[in-house]
Amino acid sequence: MSTTAEGFHTHGDAHVGHAEPSFISKYVFSLDHKVIGLQFLFSTLIWFLIGGLLALGIRWQLAWPWSKLPIVGEWLFSAEGGQMPPEFYTMLFTMHATVMIFFVIIPILAGAFGNFLIPLMIGADDMAFPTLNMLSYWFMWPAFLCIGGSFFVDGGAAAAGWTSYPTLSVVQEAAPGSHMGQTLWLVGVTFVGISSMMGSINYMTTIITMRAPGMTMFRLPLTIWAMFITAVLQAFALPVLTAAGFMQVMDRLVGTGFFVPDGNIVNNSVAAAGGGQPLLWQHLFWFYSHPAVYIMILPAMGMVSDIIACFARKPIFGYKPMVYSISGIAGLGFVVWGHHMFVSGMNPYLGMTFMTATMMIALPSAIKVFNWLGTLWGGRIVFTTAMLFAISFVSMFIIGGLSGIFMAATPVDIFIHDTYFIVAHFHYVLFSGTAMAVFGAIYFWFPKMFGRMMNEFWGKIHFFLTFIFLNGTFFPMHILGVVGFPRRLADPYHYQEFEPLLEMNQFMTFCAIGMVAAQAIFVVNFFGSIFFGKRCGRNPWGCNGLEWSAPSPPGHGNFDFQPVVYRGPYEYGDPEVEADYYPQIQPPPEEEPG
Amino acid sequence: MGKFWAILFLLVPILGVGLFVVAADGTGWLMRHWFPEDVSEYGHRIDELFMVILWLTGAVFVATELCLVWFMLRYDRAKNTEPVKFTHGSHTLEVVWTVLPAATLLFIAIYQMNVWADTKVREPMVPGLTVEVTGRQFEWRLRYPGEDGKFDTPDDIYHVNDLHIPVGEDILVKLKSQDVLHSFFLPNLRVKQDAVPGMEIPVWFKAKKNGAYDIVCAELCGWGHYKMRGRLTVQSKPDFEKWLKELRVEGQRTQSEATEDSETEE
Repeated sequence: MSTTAEGFHTHGDAHVGHAEPSFISKYVFSLDHKVIGLQFLFSTLIWFLIGGLLALGIRWQLAWPWSKLPIVGEWLFSAEGGQMPPEFYTMLFTMHATVMIFFVIIPILAGAFGNFLIPLMIGADDMAFPTLNMLSYWFMWPAFLCIGGSFFVDGGAAAAGWTSYPTLSVVQEAAPGSHMGQTLWLVGVTFVGISSMMGSINYMTTIITMRAPGMTMFRLPLTIWAMFITAVLQAFALPVLTAAGFMQVMDRLVGTGFFVPDGNIVNNSVAAAGGGQPLLWQHLFWFYSHPAVYIMILPAMGMVSDIIACFARKPIFGYKPMVYSISGIAGLGFVVWGHHMFVSGMNPYLGMTFMTATMMIALPSAIKVFNWLGTLWGGRIVFTTAMLFAISFVSMFIIGGLSGIFMAATPVDIFIHDTYFIVAHFHYVLFSGTAMAVFGAIYFWFPKMFGRMMNEFWGKIHFFLTFIFLNGTFFPMHILGVVGFPRRLADPYHYQEFEPLLEMNQFMTFCAIGMVAAQAIFVVNFFGSIFFGKRCGRNPWGCNGLEWSAPSPPGHGNFDFQPVVYRGPYEYGDPEVEADYYPQIQPPPEEEPG
Repeated sequence: MGKFWAILFLLVPILGVGLFVVAADGTGWLMRHWFPEDVSEYGHRIDELFMVILWLTGAVFVATELCLVWFMLRYDRAKNTEPVKFTHGSHTLEVVWTVLPAATLLFIAIYQMNVWADTKVREPMVPGLTVEVTGRQFEWRLRYPGEDGKFDTPDDIYHVNDLHIPVGEDILVKLKSQDVLHSFFLPNLRVKQDAVPGMEIPVWFKAKKNGAYDIVCAELCGWGHYKMRGRLTVQSKPDFEKWLKELRVEGQRTQSEATEDSETEE
């Protein structure tokens, strides 16, 4: 690596000579994208745990309805003899989804990995706007406080579903959680939106303007392509959610009537305002939240592509089709929101249009799966923990992708809409897909983050248990859906048709408990490895990406040389060189001096 | 270790397909968990469409998962010393696996349009019975037109949660909601439609078998959502007429009692 030495001093001068930063400016209000990325990572992992515990509450009620909730029951519901009241159950699934979507998946992908990886992978010393970047993290805190605090206000946290459909969410008398909790929910989600918007502007600017010399757009790793497209999606979709959120806050507090029709009677009291349309909210909400579905999967797809190419020791199959399908998903993602509303009362002719667009969006996802398989074909697969998680992403995403076709088919959706079939579908995409990819990415980039390796043995045990238990938890949900088992019912078993499904639900709950328990292995491995993991060099996996030529962990300013890029990131096994990888910064042989 | 992991991933298609087969067939001591009994005229078309998609996606599922497992076994680095296939992709393959799924998806999209149109677009011109169903936290309010066949006249018949319909006739439900969103879900008739405050949405179906079935609320409507359960009774036309007549008489009686009560109070 002969280019390395020269660039170092000229580039490094900008940073050398600063006084040693204080603890506060180094670790708390840091402008360094890596620290901000790790702040996002730690915050979201804590929320991941909270969201998982909320899910266990849901599973408990579905397995042993109206029985005493273990451990916390006595303390929470002393008046009810330790059993969960139904309004608590509606709050549980509302907050489980809210926490997992707005505080875990979106910020862990864009906030944690986007921040940490973008400058490193494109060869920049930091983000384009470091202060804005810092603010994007600190604007999560008002959201954390609003939503976290809403558990303790009168009436409890929001309980109108994470979709917050009016009029249940707007009319204060409609549900216990529709008091203060719902307002805090709306304000909290708006803060998440502000944070995401700051991030997305920063990512777009950074990726467009700060790439290292030689790093053309078509030499970007797929992770970066995915982050870039995700940022574009967020920038276009978020204003709509923010506006809709404001309208709902106005309806609730000021007495406007955007979403409440004339003469609406809740609890025998007639709503003062009127003239609105509940469906308007659904359109506005899904105009954001459908693209958000792709915001929650595209970065995972990008990271999985990088991990698979690295551990198949082979170039990614069909790089450009991969890029085009990411862009295709993003483009089509804006014209399919109506498939959440097939039975909502929307004009049924519109249903046909949205159905056709939805069918077509399955295509780029299929292309991506085939290309991942093509990458594995003829490779030399190394079964590291990161690779196992990445392969399981592909395997599980196939299930989640295919089950989407059932819901896209409008007549079938009439029956399976709002049943456990949809619950199975999005858990296969979001947990078995994205969360598994996130675990893979943590195992993969951990050495770069902390300069130490995670324990591979315990990593594999963690993978094995998670993989078994997640399928035990989520796969039977498909069958529940076929029977018509509706979601969001505190006690589905007093319907005769659903009574025989109790045992299957108990099995799923055992698996869910196992799945959450298995994460203890991860927590211990993660924190243990930060302090006691085996130290590693710059490139422990033998990867091509720019981030692997920086020190582990990279110092302030990232690179101790000026990176110059000679090729794409996936030139593994090129016969031109002896090693089975060919880093992006390594000059071609004819330019090698001597 | 590659072999171990490949077998683990092989379990996905085996158990996945296995669970669906057992659930659909219910072999031996294992119970059948499949679609609820279909008693509607068009429900079988929805079930058939589901099965078409299940077979198509099932084939793709098994094929891709087996490919994955095969590659994991075959290209394990621990067992292979030959160099990797240094390739960046194949234009032909990309075209094949773009065009084939696109054609299949487009086929599914067009194939189903007629079912959708029959269930949601082509409202019956002359329904055998029109009934108004209004969702309300947490019950279904029903209103039958009286002898004059018109709503909003003094002989309208009111009832709660207990919907009776005649068998073999086109039923038109005018679906409304008084307070929040509800969803009128008849699992046995493959009917589901959200009830939206401020809207009157037409829902139609035809039952072909007598019996009692569930009315499920399928859209979150508050803390009591789980107990918003109604009953649908499908009966022969004479039985239905008789039931409706009794209901009318009873309604008139309670109405007159109410007037008497108020009179005595005065």
